Amino acid sequence: MTTDVAASITGRRRPALPSYERPSGVHPPLDFAGYRSTERRHPRGPLMLLPHRLTEVTGPLLGEELITPADADLTTQHAGEPVGQRIIVTGRVLDSDGRPVPDTLIEIWQANAAGRYRHAREHHPAPLDPNFDGIGRCITDSAGRYRFVTIAPGSYPWGNHHNAWRPAHIHFSVFGHAFTQRLVTQMYFPGDPLLPLDPIFNSVPDEKARQRLIAGFDIELTQPEWALGYRWDIVLRGRGATVFQ
Amino acid sequence: MPELTPSQTVGPYFAMRLPWPQGPFVVPEGTPGAVTIVGRLYDGAGEVIPDGLIETWQAGPDGRFAHPDDPRGPAPGGYHGFRGFGRCPTAPDGSYRIVTLKPGPLPAPDGSIEAPHLDVSVFARGLLDRVVTRMYFPDEQAANAADPVLCSIREPARRATLIAVPEPEGELRFDIRLQGEDETVFFDV
Ligand SMILES: [Fe+3]
Repeated sequence: MTTDVAASITGRRRPALPSYERPSGVHPPLDFAGYRSTERRHPRGPLMLLPHRLTEVTGPLLGEELITPADADLTTQHAGEPVGQRIIVTGRVLDSDGRPVPDTLIEIWQANAAGRYRHAREHHPAPLDPNFDGIGRCITDSAGRYRFVTIAPGSYPWGNHHNAWRPAHIHFSVFGHAFTQRLVTQMYFPGDPLLPLDPIFNSVPDEKARQRLIAGFDIELTQPEWALGYRWDIVLRGRGATVFQ
Repeated sequence: MPELTPSQTVGPYFAMRLPWPQGPFVVPEGTPGAVTIVGRLYDGAGEVIPDGLIETWQAGPDGRFAHPDDPRGPAPGGYHGFRGFGRCPTAPDGSYRIVTLKPGPLPAPDGSIEAPHLDVSVFARGLLDRVVTRMYFPDEQAANAADPVLCSIREPARRATLIAVPEPEGELRFDIRLQGEDETVFFDV
């Protein structure tokens, strides 16, 4: 059995697998004192280097069966309109070589305009909105573009420290095309006074990298009498082609 | 060139939608030959983590991926209903459950053979970035002994954190400990 597996590729030609860039200094450390929950949840042992082989350079190509076009408009998922400032959030998913990442699933979730999540463990005394679930999905087009219509999320308090409030944010989950490209992150809004005070935002060590989490307001994207426009690109790890002899 | 977008935690409230009904079923329940993987997620104090998310990614039983970067291409015919990807949020008792098919061994570019395994991502409140581990199978002693990733871990006790344990009912138990004495080995991927 084992011999057959080897022969199935080494007999002719070894696979030319891509090898994805290893980021350094971009992602937050797993141990970050300002965010208390990291204390007992970060591994203390060293992370072992995992060379990129078949399992790492492939990944789930989840698609159309999981979404409907309505999933990209969070304001029309119920009979009535949700309360709050309507916004358009759009951008591209790229890799760090500048190539668009098409046909990849994006999932978002967020609080409503009052800063309340529809979630069993959420206790913030702010109203739920019967017309807003705060969840969306879409798949990037051939140029890597995505677009959501939603409501500006409110800030909400959390128990990390005295008078702790999260800046307004939308959570994003992106698959990319390989296990190595998987990313879960948060998009923030420009000018939010809570940003300098937020340990989660500030866990990103590099100032420029931190700024990349903040969307840009775009008057061109803004639609008269209807919605404000924000633009935010998401950049996943680039793919260097490593050819084995 | 554009620069990378940093990771942020999934936070406590992802459970609204990230889990979808078919998520834990890499193959439909009842598929002949299906294996069920169960486990719990623990923190450094030995307490269960009720707001974690486990994702798995793996080859099919023939060791192939239905993906353009598998140079061998997908298996002819494939496996009915097999998607390779599993996702399960942890329950209030920290448990998760994935139903899948055992993957085949995999050829590595250097000519070695990787033992059957799943790549596993763990997301949770308190994790600012996902952590990645691997699950191997207890009935693959010879293949595990030759696996390049397992072989790169010197201490047998550390290596053992990556190998599932058979349960009396035929399930495989793969507990994940984020921190502490029996801390699972995690990878820089
Ligand atoms: Fe949040």
